[in-house]
Amino acid sequence: MDITELTVHELQEKLKNKELTSYDITKAYIDRIQEKEKDVQAFVTTLEADALDKAKKIDEEMKAGEVEGEFAGIPIGIKDNICTKGVKTTCSSKILENFVSPYDATVVEKLNSEEMINLGKLNMDEFAMGGSTEYSYFKKTRNPWDLNKVPGGSSGGSAAAVAARMVPWALGSDTGGSIRQPASFCGVVGLKPTYGLVSRYGLVAFASSLDQIGPITKDVYDSAMLLNIITGHDDRDTTSSNQEKVDYTKCLKNDVKGLKIGVPKEFFGEGINEEVKEKLEEAIETYKELGAEVEEFSLDIAKYSLATYYIIACAEASSNLGRFDGIRYGYRAKEFKDLKDLYRKSRSEGFGPEVKRRIILGTYVLSSGYYDAYYKKAQQVRTLVMNEFNKAFEKYDVLLTPTSPTVAFDIGSKSNNPLEMYLSDICTVSVNIGGLPGISIPCGVDKSNMPIGMQLIGNKFQEGTILNAAYTFEQKTKFRENHKPTFRKGEE
Amino acid sequence: MQVTRDELLHIAKLADLELDEKEVDNYLANLEDILNFANIVNNAPVEGLDITIGANEAKNVFRKDEVKVFKDTESLLQNAPDKDQNMFRIPKVIE
Repeated sequence: MDITELTVHELQEKLKNKELTSYDITKAYIDRIQEKEKDVQAFVTTLEADALDKAKKIDEEMKAGEVEGEFAGIPIGIKDNICTKGVKTTCSSKILENFVSPYDATVVEKLNSEEMINLGKLNMDEFAMGGSTEYSYFKKTRNPWDLNKVPGGSSGGSAAAVAARMVPWALGSDTGGSIRQPASFCGVVGLKPTYGLVSRYGLVAFASSLDQIGPITKDVYDSAMLLNIITGHDDRDTTSSNQEKVDYTKCLKNDVKGLKIGVPKEFFGEGINEEVKEKLEEAIETYKELGAEVEEFSLDIAKYSLATYYIIACAEASSNLGRFDGIRYGYRAKEFKDLKDLYRKSRSEGFGPEVKRRIILGTYVLSSGYYDAYYKKAQQVRTLVMNEFNKAFEKYDVLLTPTSPTVAFDIGSKSNNPLEMYLSDICTVSVNIGGLPGISIPCGVDKSNMPIGMQLIGNKFQEGTILNAAYTFEQKTKFRENHKPTFRKGEE
Repeated sequence: MQVTRDELLHIAKLADLELDEKEVDNYLANLEDILNFANIVNNAPVEGLDITIGANEAKNVFRKDEVKVFKDTESLLQNAPDKDQNMFRIPKVIE
């Protein structure tokens, strides 16, 4: 048995039956990291020694019957924009290269109270700005299905590490698709929860009205379990909701009879790759066979949403990233004339090109003379998008779209063309604009064996509904049994 | 949407960023592309619609204004680019 092939719910079972120890599991993953990291480059920081020590300790506690956490001794990987006390949190940026957080993010506290084991911090686009993980200051993560292709982004390290079986599951963050798109590119499951369901305390802010933390997992059951762990109200995040806790694993019924699925035809139009379209159409047929009621309808918001997203996200980023000034933490320039010069030089030397581009764009749309034409207009479009979604959810339980217009693209093919990179977010951003939950699950591969993702969107706080729809599809189609990443070197 | 060189430099200054010549040329081209695309929002049917600022219900969340002391000064100061005892060192601000 290869331990790293197992899902977390399988690992949990074997831990309980004493077939495996936490040490066995942790060691298997560390061996796997050591074997695959040179090819995949998923980690910014690995914590081998600490992880093994903790596993040993937990095994001893388990023997003595002193363990309380349901997930005690299960390892996990964490995106490097989620604060971990005593371990570097870099956001894959030069400006935070040596930053060690003095506190844990709320989600990390939750993992710790379950006595889970942190295997390390995962690579990302700098400050989560990007869709390919090529904008990391440290390294370019590679797609385990083809090492010459990007893993997607910004949670590219998290998705690639799960796909490559270097972590059993991981946390990512999603501002405009940063969990779902890399999950789609890497053939794994990625869930972006409803805005407010998961505390953002300790998540380094990019666009505060859009950011959410969520799970990236091998299958849908694991996604429901990890979501169970991280949800809950938090006083330290005023936007965190007071929703009652739900056990999402109980929502997985393996039954979609009578489920109303809406298929917005605009999400299948221009720019969507033919093979992606084909697989999505097959998925729609599968849902019909399973007894769901599927209907095409018009939701003409995709192109407005994308423009709105880049205006709002950049505006919020330009404000959030104002805190990086080289005074209390982070990079400080070596030479400067005075205080103002220190700010300017530290920021200019510390931020990478995409981050600067977005700060400039954000400052521009907020500046006098342009505020009304861009930022205010975008906020009105946000209302429009929410209204249109509300109308759609009066008729449907779930909306079905591609996660991304294409499969994973070649490394270097879009990194010099920001607008083209932005266009690959067209299917995902409206979900963040609306504050809705969305999940990406694999629905097949293209001719060159690259995974294709399907996105299921739910109404606010209806994670249970989309998880069940995803689970039922997964049980029927069994993607993981039929398709595996090959780590091929691609066409050089 | 044409952005002039002077406008870009003004915006960069507002954002406390210094750009070299190559960056200026690069960002000028990018900004024009991106803003032309973003202009789509001006064709959206939003007449009479209010603005939305957050993703969830717009309501105030109140809490008591209480001091909570973060005692771990050492872990805060370990991140300081320059420090002196338990203080952050910065360049002289008053001449």
